[in-house]
Amino acid sequence: MNWPKAKDTFTTYLFVAPAIVLFTLFSLIPFLKVFQLSVFDWDGISTQMHFVGLGNFKTALFRDGAWWTSMRNAGVVTILALSVQNVLALILALIVDREIKGKNFYRVVFYLPPVLSGIVVGLVWNWIFDGSHGLLNYALSAAGLGRYARAWLADPKTALFGIAVIHMWKGFGWGFVILLAGLQAIPRELSEASRVDGASEWYIFSRITVPLMLPVFFLVSILTVLGTMQIFDIIVSTTNGGPGYHTEVPITRILAAMTGSSRFGYACSLGILFGIILLAVSMVQMRLSKWSSQLT
Amino acid sequence: MPRRRFYSRWFLPLLALLAVAGCRARDSTTKGQILLWHWMTDRDDALQALADRYTKETGTKIRLELYAPSDAYASKVRAAAQTNTLPDIFGVLGESRDLASFITSGRVANLASAMSANNGAWQKQFFVKALATNTFSAGNEHHVSVGVYGVPIDVTNIQMLYNKDLFKQAGLDPERAPATWNEFIKDWRQLKAAGIPGFVSGWGETWMIDCFANNYAFNVMGEKKVLDTFRGLVPYTDPDWIRVLSLFEEIRREELLVSGAVTMVNKTAEQTFANGKAAFAFNGSWCVNVYKGMNPDLHFGVLLPPRLIDHNPMRIWGGAGSSFMVNAQSPNVDASIKFLQWLTAAPQQVELAKATANLPANQTSLGDLPPTLAAFASKMDSTTHPSQWPLTENPTVTEAFDKGVQSILIGEKTPAQVAADVQKLKKQQAAQ
Repeated sequence: MNWPKAKDTFTTYLFVAPAIVLFTLFSLIPFLKVFQLSVFDWDGISTQMHFVGLGNFKTALFRDGAWWTSMRNAGVVTILALSVQNVLALILALIVDREIKGKNFYRVVFYLPPVLSGIVVGLVWNWIFDGSHGLLNYALSAAGLGRYARAWLADPKTALFGIAVIHMWKGFGWGFVILLAGLQAIPRELSEASRVDGASEWYIFSRITVPLMLPVFFLVSILTVLGTMQIFDIIVSTTNGGPGYHTEVPITRILAAMTGSSRFGYACSLGILFGIILLAVSMVQMRLSKWSSQLT
Repeated sequence: MPRRRFYSRWFLPLLALLAVAGCRARDSTTKGQILLWHWMTDRDDALQALADRYTKETGTKIRLELYAPSDAYASKVRAAAQTNTLPDIFGVLGESRDLASFITSGRVANLASAMSANNGAWQKQFFVKALATNTFSAGNEHHVSVGVYGVPIDVTNIQMLYNKDLFKQAGLDPERAPATWNEFIKDWRQLKAAGIPGFVSGWGETWMIDCFANNYAFNVMGEKKVLDTFRGLVPYTDPDWIRVLSLFEEIRREELLVSGAVTMVNKTAEQTFANGKAAFAFNGSWCVNVYKGMNPDLHFGVLLPPRLIDHNPMRIWGGAGSSFMVNAQSPNVDASIKFLQWLTAAPQQVELAKATANLPANQTSLGDLPPTLAAFASKMDSTTHPSQWPLTENPTVTEAFDKGVQSILIGEKTPAQVAADVQKLKKQQAAQ
């Protein structure tokens, strides 16, 4: 290699070096450290760590019922978000995509909830769902449905669904923005030509819009799954995982292991298991996405 | 020299060198200057004023750094411990096992000799229970060397409170609080008949459930049997534990708990009581300051949790409220101890108590306390705390117990079912 070429290569690496150093320091090393800690019994402070091999994973997989309850709870909220939240986002995106009055205003309004802090949203909804003086119970009583009033977030029958409602309210704006961008990328000529040919609105939607939007649907669904499974701030500001284990989610269990019982190693193993599950779900979705794009 | 060559030959390597040099950990301790990390937003101004005065009097500079909320503070201290960047004085928030880990890894100085110097002058000024929280005795479960490892700056205890105005409204004597469980239920029925909501506590924070349940466990079966349960010698399915769990079933049956209290954080519970939306509350001595801020016109009294049976005393959780530890690896250990001795002396404790309405750790400075705070102070002898016990329950078992209580309160499980679940988990943990 001659000197100018070597210098060129060196300069290239020099420019990339800060990014590599930062990535290594703040992403790679912590990531590897989590794997290292997951095979130890460690309280987070002691200089001594006890090697337990795969013991932490064994406990998580076969003995920790609360962990699997938390996975199931997150799964329920995710299914609701995938269906209700995304359908709502799509309907709103379809409406705003048309030439309606004040569409820019609606775009801003629909996008507001995701911008708000989860803690703030949780506190506001706490007040709405409050059993004694909540807005929802007040509205029910005013409508003559006072018999249905309850402490929505403290009742085991409604607590998780209450959390799902808050999460979907806060999250639908993301899907709305992405779906709207997808809709606007579809050439208008396609639908206009179909209309000239006498196609109904439903026909245009099912035969043109949906097939062309499939990759966007998959993107939104991947983001929804990843975002919902990692739900945390809303839980902390509303139910703290209760009553009982009814609103526990994986992140609250990881935090409970780490700070509640000082089992850092076990918390790391839960984090790895959770990561693997999310990775598997994402891979399935990406496969489906590829398959759908081949179809279109 | 062309500009491009200058950049490639000198500027970029210099930048890289500076970047690497900048990665060095910042010194958290400096000889002759004391750095103190704390988490108490409500006491920041008062502590700063005292620190400034100490600097003026002695010439020793005290630098306070506030990190809040307490969760963030606890994480910061843990991270600093792992990177050897702890300040001269700090607090360990958590349970005795957390403090023990800091001590066994050589990060907290043993203050026993300073405490016992001059015939134990420093030690004697504290409430015994306050110091017990930071003391490790011979044979402790964490294998920590015998010693005193923290300096309490205030004390706290957790009791029940009742709203005097609501008592009057229901035709009850506002100066007579119920002393037994039966009286408590009787008073509640009268309050309920008057349309007054019952009892509130932040039972979404499970440690408060644990606290309440422990009070009654000590009352029903005494300390020895409770500790024997932790040792695995008494099962949770024992009738005495079922009796304790049944209290929560009775609370549910009597509709005593304010709606939603089972998932309520304590701050909301405090607001509920302060607004007169509950006749009773279960809260710590810090509430005096909190209620003053929320509703200065609130008239409330303090009562020991009404006892269930007479032959064991009612014990309440209490002890050191906030404590400071001295960094064993600091170059300012002696100066830090001197500052803490000054901070816990009577004049400074009186000033701190006045400014923050917290109970002082120095028992010789109780003179000017308002009546409600004095009521809390008068029960310091009845306090106990897991950090003072020779052993504590496995945290996983404790969590299952507290979550089980929540299940009873929402009518999902019976006391017997919860007891069986907890005992099963206890056995599993013991097998591990």
